[in-house]
Amino acid sequence: MIFFRSQPGLVAYVTCGDPDLATSRAVILSAIDAGADVIELGVPFSDPVADGPVIQRASERALKNGTRLEDVLTLAEGVRNSRPLTNLIIFSYLNPLIRYGLPKFVKRAKEVGVDGVLAVDLIVEEAGEYRLLMEKSHLAPIFLAAPTSTDARLKKVAAASKGFIYAVARTGVTGAKTDVRGDAQQLVKRIKKSSKLPVAVGFGIANAEDFQAVGKYADAAVIGTAIVKIIEEQSAKAASPEAVAAAVGKFIRCVKKTT
Amino acid sequence: MARAKEAKNIPGRFGAYGGRYVPETLMAALEELEAAYAKAKKDKKFQRELAELLANFAGRPTPLFFAERLTKKLGGAKVYLKREDLLHTGAHKINNALGQALLARRMGKKRIIAETGAGQHGVATATVCALFGLECVVYMGAEDMRRQELNVFRMRLLGAEVRGVESGSRTLKDAINEAMRDWVTNVRSTYYLLGSALGAHPYPTMVRDFHRVIGREARAQILKAEGKLPNAVIACVGGGSNAIGIFHEFIRDKKVKLIGVEAGGRSLALGEHAARFSGGSPGVLQGTYSYLLQNESGQVATTHSISAGLDYPSIGPEHAALHDSGRAEYVNASDKETLEALALLSRTEGIIPALESAHAVAEAIKRAPKMKKREIIIINISGRGDKDMGILQENIRA
Repeated sequence: MIFFRSQPGLVAYVTCGDPDLATSRAVILSAIDAGADVIELGVPFSDPVADGPVIQRASERALKNGTRLEDVLTLAEGVRNSRPLTNLIIFSYLNPLIRYGLPKFVKRAKEVGVDGVLAVDLIVEEAGEYRLLMEKSHLAPIFLAAPTSTDARLKKVAAASKGFIYAVARTGVTGAKTDVRGDAQQLVKRIKKSSKLPVAVGFGIANAEDFQAVGKYADAAVIGTAIVKIIEEQSAKAASPEAVAAAVGKFIRCVKKTT
Repeated sequence: MARAKEAKNIPGRFGAYGGRYVPETLMAALEELEAAYAKAKKDKKFQRELAELLANFAGRPTPLFFAERLTKKLGGAKVYLKREDLLHTGAHKINNALGQALLARRMGKKRIIAETGAGQHGVATATVCALFGLECVVYMGAEDMRRQELNVFRMRLLGAEVRGVESGSRTLKDAINEAMRDWVTNVRSTYYLLGSALGAHPYPTMVRDFHRVIGREARAQILKAEGKLPNAVIACVGGGSNAIGIFHEFIRDKKVKLIGVEAGGRSLALGEHAARFSGGSPGVLQGTYSYLLQNESGQVATTHSISAGLDYPSIGPEHAALHDSGRAEYVNASDKETLEALALLSRTEGIIPALESAHAVAEAIKRAPKMKKREIIIINISGRGDKDMGILQENIRA
């Protein structure tokens, strides 16, 4: 069961293993303590077609030190044990999940205390077996809705999603600048017509001002690239995991405080 | 993941393979493309226009040439060459580029993007964009730009913008990633002119259809020349567009062996080759479910081939299905065998094939001597070697 304690809720994305798993753990705990309602644990992938340069670089760093899906699940387990009430989502491209084995992945995700899964390149039509497995294990399948999705497609997305619906704020990859009052607002309005689920808006939400603007029409906002960028900058200065985590925590508090 | 049994009759599925694995943002565009293509396919005016361009602009039909001296030298089966290398721009790629550009124009798209490996698809796309007055951006891996620099210049001369890609292995796969990122950003105005029988539905089907003309011609030509069908049809397979184009017309002729030749590279260790059926396993990359060279964690492996056009970790999904059903056989040729084959064909027939196509020649050299003199092989010479002179100078002492 995923729920947003705060209004609007904040979803924080972290590429796991960037620059190492210890830092990811410290960052995630700090983000939770700073008020993130949901953590998206990003599984690094060699070919992240939906991501901009910042998250591409984070994936490369995570893969360079050998981060695997198994490590991300173990990380989730540790976080779950330390913060029993938080919401944990696995955010991945499909291939690492298939390679691990979908049934095995779903079983293990449930075991470690994950609440939901978002596979970026899995559309509803291709998700038959995946949805069955998720349902059996009471995991929430989260699907993307896009500004280009037709109303008919939004209906399918709404019917297949649990937990929340992830509204992509604009056409494009993660991290590019978004006009949060444009496409995104229209899209949330359209989604709300066919679903009662909470809607989180993501892609390009970079600061307190964006967060506040999105909060006026959506249930939550996803912050990814802005967090990954802080991790990148801090790590480049050889900061300790604790120092990186503190910088991310400060950023999240700052984003939330103004609302 | 749809299971093989239930997936059989879903459009865009080839057995268990194919499908659509893309971010939701691209789905409306793929649905729009699927509908536009279905309409164009049935439209006589579209087909007439395409046929005329293929004849008068591209130079179809291409000859089927009896390679008499090569046949004698190999001492077995009669070897015929399907001369796609004689087409305008130097390779089969123009068949698909013309088809898709006509479609883009019908759909009212003014901006075309494409990826390219060896540069042949990029040149074909730049060419058709010049012909139709469309804006053209081509993504190309930085490593490929280095080894196929003549084609980079050709594209620019034709008015296209070539954008180098520095990520990953800086080859075809990374160029496709970057083209997909462009498409997902500019999806409302942009047509993605994908260059092989790869990617999300409807691309593998549509690209195949535009290349089926190769097999249609070859089948009629060999019947006319020999009064019978060939015993084997051999083609190189990167993404697999030239191979599926020549294979398709022969699939129902069960006695005709279909042989795809992958890049054996330097060796069959992971990272040293691009032979997906020797070490690959099913997985999802760039929109489609097919055989994929990957590590145990599902990360896509780097690949190597002397030919940029075959240097790709996945393979068109229809080939995956033909492989599993046993209807086609897939082998590989090493860089070294390929260079030897290229030199041999050049000196016995006066035809310098592209490095990609030379992989198919290498397989014919292995196979023809073991066959009977009345048996027949057709090799698809998918492109010409002009673009490869730089690499050949580094590797062959002429």
